[in-house]
Amino acid sequence: MDGVMNDPIKVPTMAEFAASGEVPEVLFWVGCMGSFDDRARKISKAFVRILSAAKVKFAVLGQEESCTGDPARRAGNEFLFNMQALQNVTVLNGYGIKRIVTACPHCFNTIKNEYPALGGEYEVMHHSQFINTLLKEGRITVDGGSFAGKRITFHDPCYLGRGNGEYEAPREVLLKLDAALVEMKRSKANGLCCGAGGAQMWKEAEPGNKEVNVERTEEAIATDATIIAAGCPFCNTMLNDGVKHFNKEGSVVVKDIAELIAEAGDL
Amino acid sequence: MSIASIVFLLAFVAAAWWFTWNVKRIRRNILLGREEDRTDRPSERWALMTKVALGQSKMVVKPIAGMLHIVVYAGFVIINIEVLEIVIDGIFGTHRVLSFMGGFYNFLIGSFEILAVLTWLGCAIFLARRFVLRIKRFWMREMTAWPRTDAALILAFEILLMSAFLLMNAADHTLQGMGVEHYVMAGSFPASAYIAQLFHFSDLAPATLIGIERFSWWFHIIGILGFLNYLPYSKHFHILLAFPNVWYSKLAPKTEMSDMPRVTAEVKSMLDPSIPPPTPPVEPTNGMPPEHFGAKDVFDLTWKALMDAYTCTECGRCTSVCPANITGKLLSPRKVMMDTRDRLEEVGKVIDAKGKWEDDGKSLFSRITEEELWACTTCNACTQACPVNIDPVEIILDMRRFLVMEESKARPALNAMFTTIENNGAAWAFGPDQRMKWTE
Repeated sequence: MDGVMNDPIKVPTMAEFAASGEVPEVLFWVGCMGSFDDRARKISKAFVRILSAAKVKFAVLGQEESCTGDPARRAGNEFLFNMQALQNVTVLNGYGIKRIVTACPHCFNTIKNEYPALGGEYEVMHHSQFINTLLKEGRITVDGGSFAGKRITFHDPCYLGRGNGEYEAPREVLLKLDAALVEMKRSKANGLCCGAGGAQMWKEAEPGNKEVNVERTEEAIATDATIIAAGCPFCNTMLNDGVKHFNKEGSVVVKDIAELIAEAGDL
Repeated sequence: MSIASIVFLLAFVAAAWWFTWNVKRIRRNILLGREEDRTDRPSERWALMTKVALGQSKMVVKPIAGMLHIVVYAGFVIINIEVLEIVIDGIFGTHRVLSFMGGFYNFLIGSFEILAVLTWLGCAIFLARRFVLRIKRFWMREMTAWPRTDAALILAFEILLMSAFLLMNAADHTLQGMGVEHYVMAGSFPASAYIAQLFHFSDLAPATLIGIERFSWWFHIIGILGFLNYLPYSKHFHILLAFPNVWYSKLAPKTEMSDMPRVTAEVKSMLDPSIPPPTPPVEPTNGMPPEHFGAKDVFDLTWKALMDAYTCTECGRCTSVCPANITGKLLSPRKVMMDTRDRLEEVGKVIDAKGKWEDDGKSLFSRITEEELWACTTCNACTQACPVNIDPVEIILDMRRFLVMEESKARPALNAMFTTIENNGAAWAFGPDQRMKWTE
C-alpha cells in the first residue's frame, strides 16, 4: 500500500485551471506541512486520491500558496501574519476562489476565521468534513477492508474540535471503516493537546517534567487501539514521536483520516 | 424609632455605601482596559448567560463539585430572600413581618431551613476537600497564603451565617411554643426544630432564648452586610461578576485571534504604496501610558480581559486541564488571571493615591514571566474548562505580541521561524519552487 501512496499523482494548479478558463469545484489548500513534511506529504497524496476517486474537480495553488501566517500570529508577530495573510487573500480573491478544503486544522482555522477581517471570505472545510460529505453523497464508498474490527482511537485536534466545534465529522468518517472506535479518557471538548499548537512546533518546550506529546500518546496507547487516527499534520508528527518514545512502532500506527479512507477504499 | 432600629439602619446604610464605593472602584479599574465591542448578538448572549451562569452548565462537568456548588449557590441566593424580611423587621422593629402570607410563608421558611442545612453541609465538604483531602488544584504554586486564607474565610463565613440563621430559628421556634409575647406563631422549622431539641432549648429560660434569638439575628444580618463588603476584596466577587462576565463572553470560535487593525493598515500600506500609512495614535495627554502593540500592562488589555480577572474565583479548573501545566511547565492559566487582577489592583491604588495614573515602573511582566507565556499551546482547554468563560489565552497572546513586536524578545527558535517565513513563505526552509514536490 505504501508503494501506491508514493506514486506520483496528477494535481492540477489554479493557474492551469485559469488558463483553460475552467473553475474548480474546490481549492485544496495543501499547507506547509502537507507540502514539505515527508510524513504529511503522504496525507496530501491520500487526500488527492480520495478527491480523484470521487471525481471532484479540484486544484491547488502550487507555487502561489504561502504560509497562512498562523504560527507567526500565535508567536506574537502580527506584522508577519498580516504580510502572509494579505498576500494569500490577494491570490485567492484574484482567482475568485469560493470554496477551500484543507487537511490542516491550523490553516482551516486561520482562513475560515481570520481571513474574513482581511477581505477573504470563503467557505472553508476541514478534509474530515469534506470526506464525510463525499461519503454521505455516495461519491466514494468504502468498506472496512483491512481495518474492519480493529481498534481505532481518534485524537481531536484543538483547532478543529475545541477551536471550531467539529467533533463529529472525523468520527462519522472513521465509523465507515467498520472498526471499533474507542475514546481516550480526555476526548472531544476535553481532548488533550498534542503539544504542537501556539507555535510550539518550532521551538523547544519550556522546562517541565514531561513532553505534552508523550502524555497524550500514553493515553492513546492505554486505549489498546492499534491505530491512532489524527486529523492534523502537526498532531500526526507529535503522536508519531510519542509512539516512538514508547517503542510501540511495531504495534501502534498513527494515520490521518484521509490515509485510512484512501487505504480502506483502495483508492 | 428604637435604638436598635437606628443602629440597624446606620449599619445598613454604611454597608450599602461602602459596597457601592468599592463597586465603582472596580468598575473604574475594569474600564482602564482597551475598548472592545461585546454587545453583538444579544439574544445569544442572554441564552448563554442563562445556561452557563444561572444554569451552571459548565460547573457540573465535575459532577461532585458541581452539584455541591449548585446547592451552596442556590441556598445562598434563595436564603437571601429572607434578608428582605430581616431588613424590614430591623428598620421597624417588627417580628417576621411577612408572616401574614400564612401557608406560603411557612413553605418559604421551611425551604430556607432545608437549604441552609444543605449549604452548611456543602461548605463543610468544600472545606474538607480543600484542607483535609487537599485536592491538588487548591495547592498549586499560585495558591499562596492569601488565596488559601480567602477560600477558608469565605467558607467559614457561610457556615457561620447559616449556623446563625438556624440558631435564630431554633430559639424563635421554642419561644413561639412557649407563647412568649412578640414571638407570633409563624414559619415552619423542619431543621431548627430538631436543633432546638438537640440543644434542649425548651429547658432554657425565655430570657436566655430571647438572648440567643437576638444575638443570632444581629450576627446573621451584620454578618451578611460584612460579607457583602468582603466580596470586593475577595475572589468571591465572582458571585456578582459571573453573570455579566458570561454575557460578554467571546462568541467567536475559540481559536480565532483578535485583529489589530492598525497593524493591518500599516502592512497594507507597505504592500501597496498607493495606500497611505495609518495616522499614528495620539499620545494621551491625561498621563495614561501610550498605546502599545500587544499588552505590556493592564491598560493594553481589553476591558473584558480585566473583567475576567475580577471574575476569577481561583477554582483552578483551567490549570488542571492545561497541557503545559500537566507536564510540569511553569504556566498556569489561573495564575495569569490572578496576576492580572493583582496588577490591576496595584494600578488602581496608584490612581486612588495620586488622583491620576503615574508610572510606577512595573507592568504585567513584573508578575508574569516570559517562560510562562511561551509555554502556552493555545489549545483552549482552559477557556473550555472555565465555568464563567474567562479567557486566559487572550492575555497570553496579547503579551506575546508585546514581547515580539515591541521588544523583539521571542524565543530564538521562533525568530528563526519568522525569518524562514519571510524568506520562503513557509515555516520551513523550502522555497515556493518546491511546493509541488509532494506530488512527485
